[in-house]
This record gives sequence, C-alpha cells and structure tokens, in this order.
Amino acid sequence: MSAALLRTEHVAKAFGGVQALTDASLEVTEGSITGLIGPNGSGKTTLFNVMTGYERLDAGNVYSRDQKITNASPQKVFGLGIGRTFQLSRIFPRLTVMENMLVAGQHRSGVRNPLARAGGPADRRHAMELLEFTGIAGHASALAETLSYGQRKLLELAYVLVTDPALVLLDEPAGGVNPSLINHIAARIRDLNRAGKTFLIVEHNMDFVMGLCDRVTVLDYGTVIASGPPELIRDDPRVLDAYLGTDEEDEDVRS
Amino acid sequence: MKPQALWQPGVALLVLVVAAIFPLVITTGLWTQIGVETMIFVGAAAAWNIFSGFSGYISLGHAVFYGTGAYTVAILAQHWHLSGDAVFWLMPLGAVTAAVVAIPFGLVALQARRHTFVVVTIAIFFIFQLMASNFSFTGGSSGIIAPVLNWDAATFNNPFYYIALIISAVTIGLAWLIRGSRFGLQLRAIRDDEDRARGLGVKTFRVKLSALMISAFITGLLGGLFYYFIGQAVPQFIFDPLFDLSVALMAFFGGLGTVAGPVLGALIIEPAQQYLTVQITNDYLSLILLGALFLAVILLVPRGVIPTLSEMISQRRSRQAGRPMAAVVPPGAPAVPQPAAGRGKEAGR
Repeated sequence: MSAALLRTEHVAKAFGGVQALTDASLEVTEGSITGLIGPNGSGKTTLFNVMTGYERLDAGNVYSRDQKITNASPQKVFGLGIGRTFQLSRIFPRLTVMENMLVAGQHRSGVRNPLARAGGPADRRHAMELLEFTGIAGHASALAETLSYGQRKLLELAYVLVTDPALVLLDEPAGGVNPSLINHIAARIRDLNRAGKTFLIVEHNMDFVMGLCDRVTVLDYGTVIASGPPELIRDDPRVLDAYLGTDEEDEDVRS
Repeated sequence: MKPQALWQPGVALLVLVVAAIFPLVITTGLWTQIGVETMIFVGAAAAWNIFSGFSGYISLGHAVFYGTGAYTVAILAQHWHLSGDAVFWLMPLGAVTAAVVAIPFGLVALQARRHTFVVVTIAIFFIFQLMASNFSFTGGSSGIIAPVLNWDAATFNNPFYYIALIISAVTIGLAWLIRGSRFGLQLRAIRDDEDRARGLGVKTFRVKLSALMISAFITGLLGGLFYYFIGQAVPQFIFDPLFDLSVALMAFFGGLGTVAGPVLGALIIEPAQQYLTVQITNDYLSLILLGALFLAVILLVPRGVIPTLSEMISQRRSRQAGRPMAAVVPPGAPAVPQPAAGRGKEAGR
C-alpha cells in the first residue's frame, strides 16, 4: 500500500491548561475526500493548524507521504503541495480578486526580473480559468473586500488551487454559506477530486460531509474516536454519544 | 481599461514639467530653498511608502537612514579632504551605508508587528540620535561642517534642486514598478494578512527586508544631499524626529500605499510648513499646525486624499449610470452564477 498523502501520529497540543489535542491520528489517502468532523471545540481547526505549520505541536508527528513534516513552516508545507483554506476565509481584502490569485503563483515562474509586472499572460489565463471554475470570474478586477462571504470562500479555494497542490485542506467550506452556494462548492470539490485532487475537509454540515466524503474521521476532546466510511460513522454509537452526549462545550475558541 | 489609464501618465508628465521649470521661473532665494526641501521630501515620502505604505509596517525610524546617509557623506568628505562638487560623488556611498544599516535595523524591528514595530523603530531612531551626539567620529553635538561651495549665490540652490528632482522622479518610477510587480504584490499581501501570505509560499521576511533596504538606500541618498545643502551635520537636524513624522504624515495625507499619494502629500505639506515657519518666524506654531493636520487626516480622511477622492468619483459615476455600486453585494444573495454543466472540468490541472 502506498504511503498516505498526509498522516498524523498521536498528535498532542495544549494551549495553557487546555488540552486541544491529546491523541489525534489521521490518514488521508491519495485521491480521497476525507472528512474530519467533531463537536465544537474538539480540536479540528487546531489539528489543521498543526498539520499546516501554523501551530507547533507538543508531541506526535506529521508526515507527508514518507517525509516527516512535524513543525515545518507554513511556506514549507505549502511548497510540498499541501494547500489550505481557513474557517473564516482569509483573503487579501485590499488586493483585487485577480491579484489575490497571483500571490500564490510564484514557484511556477522560477527566477526572473523581480520588477516585472506580476503575473504574465499565462499566469493570468490560468488564474482566470480557476476563477471561472469557481464562478467568480465576473469579479476579477473588484477589490476582494467587496465579495460576499460565500464568494470569499470560493476565492480562497481558487487561489489555493493556483499552484496545483496535490492535497487541499478545507476548513468549513460550507460554514455560513447559503444553500445554493453550498451545492455549488460541493460540485466543484467533486470535479476537482475526479481530476485527481485529494481533499481533507473540516465541516459541521453533516449532509455536506456525508454526501461528499469517502472516509470520515471523528474527533472528540482532541482524540480520534472513530474513522471509516460515512455510512458506518453515521450509526457509530461513539459518534452519536459525542454529538448528542451530555455536557458539551459549545464554543470553538480557536477559529 | 479605465479612462484613468490615459490621464494618469498625462498628469505625471505635467507635474514633472512644472517641477523641472520651477527654479527657472521662480528665482527668489526663499522659494528655491523651499523647492529643494520639498523635492527632498517628495523623494523621502515616496521611498518611505515603498516600505511602509506597501507592507503596512509603519516606520517612524527612517531618519536613521537619512542620518546615516548624511553622516557617511560628512565623515568621508572630512576624512578624504574632499571639497566642492566632488562631495556629491559620496552620496551613493551614503546610500549603500544606509541600506547596510537597514539589515540589523530590519532584523531587530521586523521581529515585531503593527504597533510594536512602530515603537521599536522609534527606539532605534533615538539610539542613533544618541550615538551621533556622543561619538567622537561624528563630531559629537557640534557635528561636522560641510565644505563650502563657492557657487554663484543667485543659482546656488538649483543643482540641489535638480539632483533631488532626479532622485525623486526615479523613486516614483521605481515605486510604480514595484507596486505592479510580484514583489509589490507580495508586500501588499503581507500588509493585508501576513500569515496567510506565508501559507501561500511568500518568503515574508525576505520580502519585507528587501523593501526596507530599497527604502533605506533612497532615504540615505537624500540624507547625503540634505547634509550638503544645509552645510552641516548636527544630530538634532540630521537625526530629526520631525523628519519621521513629516514623511509619515505626507504619505497618510495623500494616501498610504498609493504611488501618487505620498508625492501629493509632500508637495502640499512641505512648502506649507516651510512657508509658515519663515513667515510667522515662530517655529512652534507651524509644528502645532502640523500636529493638528495629522489629527485631522487620521480622523477625517484616514485612507488619504487620493483614495478618498477616487472613491467619491467612482461613486458619482456609478450613481449617474443609474446602477448600484459594484461594491455593494447584498448579503446572502446567490451572487454566484450557476456554472454551465461541464465547464471548468479541466481547470484543476
């Protein structure tokens, strides 16, 4: 069996006295759409941050294929072909939508005149294709701050795709987005997956996750409690416990 | 393409022509002197903007580079016993020294962000001012007197004016190039969300430090010119906190991060301030006015004159055209067109 595109082993991370992750082991196989679910505050976003270099972990390891990338910097992780989006989509508000697309484009172009105009015709064409693909091409010359919330999610997805990462981590791609747009986003993810891209998705919207993912991993109190195909996860008593169980903290501190 | 595409170079050319013939038309000593100082500030504000305006890291320590350029020229001229026009050839050395000083400056200050960065730059500035007044090789508090230039008094200011004009014009051109370049794009991405930029592979520290060094180089070049123009290097004039405030105010006034904004700010604020200082013969009053202007800009036009004006113009245009502004997207509206089936399948390549 080939090595997983991304794998974590017994990852632990604490913020002061709060143990955000205690034992999180996760595997994302190439070509899959893997879902990561769990109640609020279960450590999903923290796990994302740890995997992509935005937080340092206390224990455990992260691997990309067979390479150890524990505590690598965000640039390094991105350079290895792992792109991500954020729960509250982080775009560059005072750049135009097209300029947002060109920020990430750099390691396609190699060494050249640093004062040359950003984005040659090929880069711009490629960026435009992605904007058309996500459906926001009509806003290419608008400032990104003028986009609606859902459009920002699409822009973030589009600019992560610019450098053609093998794996894309999506943090709540459907969160706070209106239903017609949710279907649109799901369809885009399915298209990309068919074209060979691997996804790891954190999401609260159960229909979205169950309809889209091949495999679902469930986190609760920083520990992986179940992992498997969506049909099994849906009926797993441990998962039902975690979601419907007794006193649940209802906050997600680190968003 | 917007209509701006045509009138912008037109306005730039007009301003350049007016600036070039200014000392030929107006020959009063007072005004040519104000002309030189204004032109120096045009360049300094544009240089400051290349770093602070584009990256969002507001430096109140650029006088360090200005002073380093000035003292380098002063010390070398003294050491090598240069005089007359030959001193001008030291200016590039002053610029290089300022750019080199920008490396430790950046290594320390760029560890911090936002307000902390501002405070660190001020602290570094005062360290340099103290060093200039206490070391013996800088002449201590009495400074270093510049060699005398035996030029004709009537046109004495003109060479200074034209050197400053050339440096400023090149700096503005450079700022324009950088703003549209990948380097500039990365700087502006850092301004908007530095961590996100890192996550997209931008080598943020290298980008910031490069911008700081470019900015310091030009500021140092102008510092050398200023030293020769005022005829002496003394700590309180060369390492002047007012320089930092003025340059920042000019950029904020005109429009932080725009190419034209800091230029406009310098062209308005520096002559006004110099004129008031001379006319009122009360230095403090013009400083108070400067401070009041700073407050007014921050409160009334926080984004600067040029962005605010251009926004007003585009709002009026779209109102006349009878359509809502593109900027207003009703929340929750299905703003994304439903994609045609089959389109974009290849885009993931």
